[in-house]
Amino acid sequence: MNKVYINSISSISPQKTFDNSEFLNEVINHENQVVFAVEPIYKDYIPPAAARRMAKGIKMGVVASKMALKEAELEHVDAIITGTGMGCLRDSEKFLSAIIDNNEQFLTPTSFIQSTHNTVGGQIALELQCKGYNFTYVHGSNSFESALLDAKLQLELNEAQNILVGGVDELGDHTTKLQQLIHLIKNEAITTNTLLKSKTKGSMFGEGASFFVLSNKKQASTYAELVSVKMYNTLPLDEVSGLTTNFLKKNNLTIEDIDIVVLGNNGDIDFDGYFNQLTSTVFNNTQQVCYKHLCGEFNTASPFGIWIASKILKTQSLPDILKLNDKETGSFKNILLYNQYRGENHSFTLLKTC
Amino acid sequence: MNKGVAITGMGIISAIGNNVAENFQSLIESKKGISRISKIDTIHKNDIMVGEIDYTNSQLEQLLGLSPDNNFSRTGLLGTVAAKEAVAHAGINDINKYKTGLISATSVGGMDMTEKFYYQYLENNTNHKYIEGHHAGDSTQKIAEQLGIEKSLITTISTACSSAANAIMLGARLIKSGQLDRVIVGGSDCMSKFTINGFKTLMILSDTYNTPFDENRKGLNLGEAAAFLVLESDTVVKAENKTVIAYVKGYGNANDAFHQTASSDHGDGATLAMEKALQVAGYTANDIDYINAHGTATGNNDLSEGRAIIRVFGENVPEFSSTKAYTGHTLAAAGAIEAVYSILALQNNVIYPNLNYKTQMKEFNITPQLEFKEKTLKTVMSNSFGFGGNCSTVIFSKEQ
Repeated sequence: MNKVYINSISSISPQKTFDNSEFLNEVINHENQVVFAVEPIYKDYIPPAAARRMAKGIKMGVVASKMALKEAELEHVDAIITGTGMGCLRDSEKFLSAIIDNNEQFLTPTSFIQSTHNTVGGQIALELQCKGYNFTYVHGSNSFESALLDAKLQLELNEAQNILVGGVDELGDHTTKLQQLIHLIKNEAITTNTLLKSKTKGSMFGEGASFFVLSNKKQASTYAELVSVKMYNTLPLDEVSGLTTNFLKKNNLTIEDIDIVVLGNNGDIDFDGYFNQLTSTVFNNTQQVCYKHLCGEFNTASPFGIWIASKILKTQSLPDILKLNDKETGSFKNILLYNQYRGENHSFTLLKTC
Repeated sequence: MNKGVAITGMGIISAIGNNVAENFQSLIESKKGISRISKIDTIHKNDIMVGEIDYTNSQLEQLLGLSPDNNFSRTGLLGTVAAKEAVAHAGINDINKYKTGLISATSVGGMDMTEKFYYQYLENNTNHKYIEGHHAGDSTQKIAEQLGIEKSLITTISTACSSAANAIMLGARLIKSGQLDRVIVGGSDCMSKFTINGFKTLMILSDTYNTPFDENRKGLNLGEAAAFLVLESDTVVKAENKTVIAYVKGYGNANDAFHQTASSDHGDGATLAMEKALQVAGYTANDIDYINAHGTATGNNDLSEGRAIIRVFGENVPEFSSTKAYTGHTLAAAGAIEAVYSILALQNNVIYPNLNYKTQMKEFNITPQLEFKEKTLKTVMSNSFGFGGNCSTVIFSKEQ
């Protein structure tokens, strides 16, 4: 079986991450429960007329894709696999409120078309003129990991050589209100610096698009090897540590081999316990890294974690803002990522330097 | 020859029946499930016809024995009914005895509840339980829970009207690669005001019975349905001495990369999907005995698909028909219900008539199968195409 490499990365997030020559050089300390993406200048990538018609999720997805292809020095890919929890949420809201407000009259198709979950994947295929395999996964916090696993299987078996994989989600005003009502989003004011220690219900919500070119050929731009990705729909709290050890064992690694563990802590007192299981036991002595205080929580926040891990491995540097604890570290070789949302859809992803 | 993946169970609920047996009976009796809409209050009720499932939500909840405080969307309810039938049919008693996954497909997700309570949510907290059920993965989580699938790989695919075909394809690949020993694959979509109005704005809803591959076709009828298949590895089939009802022999996925909603005139994506599926199966076009076409009865699809079929099969197009006239277009579930119909065709050596057809399309000279026909079938090809250029083909076979 072929090895699988991350040959390029790109991320549009609530931090200025779209320029890969930097690595969180300046951190934005958000002071809100809802944090929006810092957007690149879209017209550098798509004609302004086309950009005006595109939903934010489409723009972020298409541009992040183009950036990833450019860094991988590719014109074409064999497949496009997208993960999105909610699709282009604003258009869903727009179409639905128009239906209700105007009693099903005077509707136009644009927002309906853009509300379809696979609209970003379809638009990327259109932009790149890619007639290959095209899938969209919509499975909550495992939307992106599903895409990652799918791509990995194809590359391992040589069914494709280069695959564009990404995750994208956008914030929508009405949905944000509803998520506040049921405390998925915190009621009280919160900032980037206080989120992880907040000890209250809910999280800070964000949005963004992260795309990667995965390949079974290593090249100069390569960031890391994608060693393994594993998903679980449910996982009892007391089994997280044991399962982590098993996962590493299957990959011929021990806890000591892991230089950094990247965790999806989002400051929700009800569910960060899953991460604490690891930080307080098996990874007590390991460098712990978190990222959701920078990008917010959303269904496809986890690829931002992959972006972070890839940057750490390639640059062999670790910005302080990411550190949950402070351990003496030498070089970074193996990084394990663990994520879950509200106790469901758990994922383990293992990256290695090449 | 590439080996197929064993199918050991199936389940379905659609406008033409609440289980596999009822669906088959309707198919061979040419019994349509298309009517005026009764369960959704829409101003379009006199302008459209739909394929509705008889059960109300509360009847479905009762059937499944759910507690009154459940927060299932109709998508979740329908999906659970069909998935449970599939698992029972496969004779599975202990679902976690083998590494069992679930791949479901949906386009509507929990929109049926969201559209009911969208503003009311802000006014009072009566129905707040449904807010978390909006996202597309929610119904899959619930089906998994109802089936007792724990600590396993479950995911959801949404590629518009090709979604469930892609779920079957992914499931087959996960079995072949050894990621799973057993996987339940399919899709579920319920009727919603959102989709009715969406398709209405695209002006592709027929005001009468849909007429696939007819020159004067006026568009599609929306339908609601759910269907699931159980796929099992050869090792499980052998260990459990399972009866295999058919095999997933080939599959192909391609993108038309032509337009966000419309298919290209010459069906590039559809052609590629069918060719890839033949290649994976190790077949040539001549090996296909029947095509269950996507055949939505829109002007665009039937022309594009027909041309693609001609490109792939040349002068020797096998019998083909669309079953959309029976069920309506069930969107993300279409690939799954038509998989069940394809397997039933194989098992019973029958080809279903393409209902409501009157006039030959002028762009080409291929004609769908118009009468119920008995024919020994070894293979059936099933097409599913969707928005976003997503084109998928799955081939089912009697022999591995």
